[in-house]
Amino acid sequence: MPNQSPILKATDLTISFRTPSGLVRAVRGVSFSLAPGETLAIVGESGSGKSVTCKAAMGILPGNAVIDGGEILVDGKDLLRLPEREFCKMRGRKIAMVFQDPLSSLNPIMRVGKQLTEVMRLSGVPAAEAKQRALSLLAEVGISEPERRYRQYPFELSGGMRQRIVIAIALAANPDILICDEPTTALDVTIQAQILELLSRLKRDRGLSMIFITHDLGVVANIADRIAVMYAGKIVEEGTAEEVFYAPAHPYTWALLSSMPDLDTRDRLDAIPGTPPNMVAPPKGDAFADRNPYALAIDFEEQPPAFPITETHWAATWLLDPRAPRQQMPAALQERIARMKARREAQSHGR
Amino acid sequence: MAAEPLLRVEHLCQYFGPVHAVDDVSFSVMPGEVFGLVGESGCGKTTTGRSIIRLYDITDGSIWFKGQRIAAGTLSCRRRIADARRRMRGASPEERTALAAEIAEARRQLREAVRDHRSVSKDLLTRIQMIYQDPIASLDPRMTVYDIIAEGLRIHGERSKETIDGKVYGILDRVGLTREHAHRYPHEFSGGQRQRIGVARAVVMQPEMIIADEPVSALDVSIQAQVINLLSDLRHEMGLTVLFIAHDLSVVKYFSDRIGVMYFGRLVELAGADELFAHPLHPYTRALLSAIPLPDPLYERDRRRIVYQPKPEAEDAALREILPGHFVRCGAAETESYLREAEA
Repeated sequence: MPNQSPILKATDLTISFRTPSGLVRAVRGVSFSLAPGETLAIVGESGSGKSVTCKAAMGILPGNAVIDGGEILVDGKDLLRLPEREFCKMRGRKIAMVFQDPLSSLNPIMRVGKQLTEVMRLSGVPAAEAKQRALSLLAEVGISEPERRYRQYPFELSGGMRQRIVIAIALAANPDILICDEPTTALDVTIQAQILELLSRLKRDRGLSMIFITHDLGVVANIADRIAVMYAGKIVEEGTAEEVFYAPAHPYTWALLSSMPDLDTRDRLDAIPGTPPNMVAPPKGDAFADRNPYALAIDFEEQPPAFPITETHWAATWLLDPRAPRQQMPAALQERIARMKARREAQSHGR
Repeated sequence: MAAEPLLRVEHLCQYFGPVHAVDDVSFSVMPGEVFGLVGESGCGKTTTGRSIIRLYDITDGSIWFKGQRIAAGTLSCRRRIADARRRMRGASPEERTALAAEIAEARRQLREAVRDHRSVSKDLLTRIQMIYQDPIASLDPRMTVYDIIAEGLRIHGERSKETIDGKVYGILDRVGLTREHAHRYPHEFSGGQRQRIGVARAVVMQPEMIIADEPVSALDVSIQAQVINLLSDLRHEMGLTVLFIAHDLSVVKYFSDRIGVMYFGRLVELAGADELFAHPLHPYTRALLSAIPLPDPLYERDRRRIVYQPKPEAEDAALREILPGHFVRCGAAETESYLREAEA
C-alpha cells in the first residue's frame, strides 16, 4: 500500500485561530498521506487538532481560522488555496465528511429524502432519478423500509439510524475519500459496532479511502490500517495499527494506551498527570514533556524530529535518539500487550 | 453475606405515563461495595439512580437505605384494592369477608407506604449523594466553586463561616484542586476539573453512599483515568459505597464488584464483575459484551459480534439465581438450560 501514490497528501499543515486571548496554534506542521483504499485513524484528545486538520481538508474551517502554511493535495490540487467555487466541485464528489453528532448535522425541519437528494439535485440529477438513487442508498446503508424513512424527519429516527442517514448523505455524490469525525462517539456500544461494520463494508464495496478521527482506542483497533497519534497540534507517532498497538514508541502513546481501563486487571490506572498545554503559547520543546515521566532535559529545550523505527513507523521523541538512554515502555503496558497476545492465541486454539 | 445491605431496591417501578422506564428492578448494595449498573441509552439505568435519591416519586416498590424505607410506591396496593373491589360484585358472603380483609390489608400497606415516603428524614437522604454525567450542565454557571460546594452544607444548617471554609478548602485539596480555585466560576475550568468540582460537592456532605451517573463518559481518555483514580481513592479512604451507572463496560468492569445489566427497564442479569465478563449467560449480556471493541487490532479483525434477538419473555419471568450470586432473568422452565450452559 505505501508504494501507491497517495490519494490525499497533507504537508506541513499549520493552522491557528484568532481568539480574544491570542492566537491559538491548533495545528503545528502536520504531514500525512492517505493511500487509496486505506483507513488512516487520527487519534488524539480534545484540542489536539485532529478535527481542525480534517475541517481544513473539507474547507469548512470557521471564520477565525488562519492557515499559516502547508498544503493538502488531492488530484494535484491544493485544497487550502482552492477558490470556493472550485472547492464546491470537490466537496461531496471527491471528499465527504461524516460528523460526530447525527442530530446536529441533520436539518431538523427537512425530510430525510430531501436532505439526501439535495446534493444530487444540485449536480443536475432529475428529481425522479435522484429519488431512486436515494432509496437505493438508504438500502445500502442498512435502513429498512427506505420508502417510509424517506418521508420522515430526523427526530423520528433513532440515533443509529440517523448516523446511517448522515453516512448515506455523505455517499450521495460518490466520493473517493470519506472523513469520519468521531462518528460513533455519541452512540451505544452495540449501535457503535453496527456503524463500524457498516463503514467497513462500504469501504470494501466502494473502495473508499477513509480518515477516521477518534479518541476511542478500541474503535481505532477495529477500523484502522494506519494510525497517527496527535498531541498539541502535532503528529507524535505514526505507524500501522499493529505497530502502534503492539510496539508503541512515544511516551504519549504509552500513556494513552495505559490510561484505558482494561477488562483483565484492577491495577491502578496510569493516569496522565496534568492537562494539555495552552496552545496560545506552545512549549518550546516537546509539548508532552511536562506530563511525561520519561522526559529528558532536551525535551524541554528542543522539539524532537521524527525518528524512523521501521519503514512505516516513526515517532517524534528524543528517547529514540541514539544518544538517549534506552527506555522500555512501562511494565504495565508490556504486560497488557502480552495478555492481548495470550488472549488471541487462546481464541485461535478455541476454534 | 451476613451483613445488612446498605441499600436495598425492591421491585422498583418508575412509570412515566405509558413508558415503563424502570420495571420491577430489585437489587441490594452491601456496605463498601461498588455496584455497577450497565445498559444502553434508554434502558432505565439513570432513572433507577434518580429514583433512589428521590428525584422522582416512584410508581411502585420500595427503596431501603440503612434499614429504613426512604421511598415507596403505591401502584400495587391500589391495584390490589381495585381488583378486590371488582371481585366483590357477585361474590358469595364468605368471599366478601375475605376480600374486605384483603382491601383493609392493602389499604394499611398503602397508608404505610405513603407515610414512609413522606416522613423520610432529610438527614438520612443526605447520606446519599450524586455525581452527574455532564460537568457543564450540573454546575450552576453563576455560582463560584466555593458556593457550589458550600451550598449543601448551608442548606443543612451549617452557619459557621469557619467550619464551611475549613470543609470547602479541605475538600478542594482532597480532589486535586487548590484554594485559589474556590472563587472562580465553573466556565474557567477544564472538563476534568469540573468533574472534580462535582465530586467535591458530593463528598463534602460526608455521604455513606455515592450514586455516580456516568461520571467519566464526557471526559477524554487521559482525564477519565484521573477521575477514576480519584473516585477509587475516595472510596477507599471514606469507606464509600458506590452505585456506578455507566454505559462504558470496560470502565464499569474496572470499578465494580458486582454488576447488573439492564435492558428495556428490566434487570436481565446480575453477577460478580469477573463472573459476568467470564461467563455471561443472558443473550443480551452476551451481545453487549461481544460489541466492546478492544485495543487489539489483530483480535478485532476476527471478533464475532453476537446479535441479540429478543424473544418473548416467559410468563413467569423473574430474576433467578442460576449459580450462587449469579442471577439471570428467565422463566422457571429456562433455569435448567442456563444451568447447563453455566456448567459447560
